[in-house]
Amino acid sequence: MNTERIRSLSIQGAALLALSACVAFFSLNAIENMQALGLTTGLGFMGQTAGFDISFSVISYDRTSSTFGRVLLVGIANTLAVSSLAIIIATIIGMIVGIFQLLENWPLAKLCRTYIELARNVPLLLQLVFWYTCVLSALPHQKSSLSFMDSVFLNVRGVFMPWPEYSDGTRAFYVACALSITALVYLVRRSRRVQEESGEGKAVFIPFLLTTVGLIGGAWMIFGQPANWTYPVLKGFNFKGGTWLPPEFMALLIGLSLYTAAFIAELVRGGILAVSQGQREAALAIGLTNWQTMKLVMIPQAMRIIVPPLTSQYLNIVKNSSLAVAIAYPDIVSVFTGTTLNQTGRAIEIVAITMGFYLCVSLIISAFMNWYNRRVALVERT
Amino acid sequence: MTTPDHIMERAAPANATAAVWVHQNLLKSPLHIFLSAMSISLGLFVAYHVLNWAVFSATWSGDSQDGCNPDGACWPFVIVRFNQFMYGFYPTDQQWRVNIIAVILLAGLAWLSIRATPWKAYVLGFLVLGFPILTFILLSGGLGLEKVSTSKWGGLTLTLTIAVTAISVSLPIGTLLALARRSKMPVVSVFAVTFIEVIRAVPLISVLFMASVLLPIFLPAEVTVDKLLRALIGVALFASAYMAEVVRGGLQAVPIGQSEAAKSLGLSHWKTVAFIVLPQALRLAIPGIANTFIAIFKDTSLVIIIGLFDLLGMINAGVNDSRWIGMELEGYAFAAAIYWVFCRSISRYSQRVEKESNFGHS
Repeated sequence: MNTERIRSLSIQGAALLALSACVAFFSLNAIENMQALGLTTGLGFMGQTAGFDISFSVISYDRTSSTFGRVLLVGIANTLAVSSLAIIIATIIGMIVGIFQLLENWPLAKLCRTYIELARNVPLLLQLVFWYTCVLSALPHQKSSLSFMDSVFLNVRGVFMPWPEYSDGTRAFYVACALSITALVYLVRRSRRVQEESGEGKAVFIPFLLTTVGLIGGAWMIFGQPANWTYPVLKGFNFKGGTWLPPEFMALLIGLSLYTAAFIAELVRGGILAVSQGQREAALAIGLTNWQTMKLVMIPQAMRIIVPPLTSQYLNIVKNSSLAVAIAYPDIVSVFTGTTLNQTGRAIEIVAITMGFYLCVSLIISAFMNWYNRRVALVERT
Repeated sequence: MTTPDHIMERAAPANATAAVWVHQNLLKSPLHIFLSAMSISLGLFVAYHVLNWAVFSATWSGDSQDGCNPDGACWPFVIVRFNQFMYGFYPTDQQWRVNIIAVILLAGLAWLSIRATPWKAYVLGFLVLGFPILTFILLSGGLGLEKVSTSKWGGLTLTLTIAVTAISVSLPIGTLLALARRSKMPVVSVFAVTFIEVIRAVPLISVLFMASVLLPIFLPAEVTVDKLLRALIGVALFASAYMAEVVRGGLQAVPIGQSEAAKSLGLSHWKTVAFIVLPQALRLAIPGIANTFIAIFKDTSLVIIIGLFDLLGMINAGVNDSRWIGMELEGYAFAAAIYWVFCRSISRYSQRVEKESNFGHS
C-alpha cells in the first residue's frame, strides 16, 4: 500500500514537472519570438475600427465605425443563427427519415438508406461546396428569379422573402402570446392533477385553442395588426424590401442540415428499435391505443437512448458550422480567426477567444441536454 | 381429433411468394400505397437524371472541353487531370514510390479482409506502426532516393498520408489518454480530461489554425515546422481526443471482475491492463474506432483551408483552370465517389470484424 502511494505520488510529481517544463518552454519561446517580431499582447485591438466589409450580418455592422469587438459579435451571431436553424431542420428531417425506415415499406426504406449512406460517407466540406457552387450558384439571375406566390424569390443572389416589421399591434401581440403560453402551462398542469386525482382525462387542446384565438384575435382587433409585412419587389437589378438570405447562408444551412440529419436518422432508428418489442405488446395488451402506446411507452423509452448521442450531434452542428470559411459565409472563424487575425496579427488572443467561444457553446448545450436527459432518464431505486 | 366448434378453420399461411412480398412491403394499406408510389417515382426520377448525366449523355474521350456534350458529364476533365488528382505535384518519374506504398497498403488491407490468412495481428501492427515510417521514407526521399519537398505532395496521396498518419498516431495516444483519464492519480486524470474535453469542444478548423498560426510562435525561432507537419500535428491531436473517448467507452464496458481476476492471479497493474483489459476493451470499441477512422478520413479534407492541396484541394485547383470552365460537378462527383468508396469500405469491414469478432486470436 505504502509503496503504491509513493509510486503514485512520484509519477504525478514527474508529470507535473514535465507539464510545467513544457509550458515554460513554450511561453519563453513565445515571449522571445514576439519580441523579435515587435508584437505586443493584450485585447486593446478589440476597440480599433475594423474597416473591412462583411457580406452578411444578422446584427448591424458598419465598415467605417464598427470595431474588431463588433466583428467578433457579428461572427458569433452569424454562427449561432445558422447553427440554431440547422439544429431544428436536422432534427425534423432526421426524425422523419428515422421513422420512415421503420414503416416496413421497402421502396421508402431503400430511398432513406441511399440518402443516409450518401450523406454520411462524403465529407461535409465537399457537400457544402457542392451546394454552393453546383446548386445555388447555378440559379437564375434576379430578372428571372424563381418565385413562390410572388412573395418569396430565389435567385443567384440568395433568397428574398417577406419580413414582419414593427407596428402598433406588435407589443400587444407579444403580450397575447405570453398569456396564451401561460394558459397552456396552467391547462396542462390542471389536466395532470385531475388525471392523477380522478383518473379522468381533462381536455387541453380545445380550451387552449379557444384562449389563444381569443387573446390574439382580441389584441389584433383592439391594437391593430401584429406586424406590417414588407414584401420584396424587384427594383432595377435587385430586390428591395422584405429580408434576404445570401446563398452562402443557404448552402451552409442545407449542407449542415442534410449531413447531420443522416446521423440523427440513424440515432432515431436505433433508439426505437432498441426498445424491446415486449413493451409495445404489453402496452397494447393493457388496452392502450396505438397512438398512446407510441406516445406514452415507446417514445419516452427511446428518448433515453437517443438523447445523449443527439447532444453530440447538436455540438457537431455548431462546430461544423465553422466550415463556413470554405464558402465565405462570415461566421466567427471566417471574420474573426481569419480576417481579423490577418489584419491585426494577434494570433494568441484571437485563437484563444475563438476556442473559448466554442467551449462556452459546448458547455451550454451539454448542460441543457444533461438537464433534459435527467428528466427523461430511468428513475431507479435508490 | 376434431376441431372445437369455436375455432374457425383458416387457410394455411401464404407462402413467401413474390406477390405476398409485394403486398407486405409495398401495398399494406392506402398510406403504404401512397408512400411506395411517391418513393418509387422520386427514386426513378433521381436515378434517371443522375445516370443520364453521368453515363448516357456523358462524354468519355477527348482532351479538351470543346468536344463535350453540354447536357452530360465531361469526363475528359477528370481523365486529363487524373494524375494530378492522384499524386498532386509529385514528380512524374518518382511516382513509382507512391505506387509501391499504395500496393503495400492495399495488400495489407486485403490480407486483413481475407478470412483464411494467418498472422493478422502482426500485419495490423505493421500497418499501424511500421508502415507510416516506411511511407515517410519513401515519400520524402533520403537513403539514396531523390528528395521530394512536401509542398509537392498532393491529391489522394496527401489525403491518404494525412489520414493514415492521424489514424496510426491517434490509436496509441488515444489509448494512453483513455487510461490516463481513468487513472486514480488526480494530476494525470485532470490533465487528460482537460485535453480531451477542450479538443472535443472546438472545431477541427480552430485546431488547424492553432497548429498553423501558433506553433511557429511557441517553438524556438530557429526551428521551422513544415506546413504539412503542422497540419499533421493538428489532425493527430484532434483525432487522439476522439479516439480516447471511444477507447474509454470500451474500457468501461469490460467487467471489473476481469481485472480483479487478473490481479488475484498475481499480474501487475500494467500486465493486467496490457494483456487482460485492453484487448477486450479494444475489441468492444471496434465500431467506435471504425467510426472515428471514417470521421478522420472525411476530416482530412479540411486541410485545404490552411493551404494544402489534398484530393479536394487538387480538384478545386482543377475547377479553377480557365481551360476547363464549369467542371465543378464532374470534379466534385469524382471526389465524392472516392471518399464514398473509402468510407463505405471501412464501415463494411468493421461490421464484418464485429460479427466475426475473432480479431487478434489468429
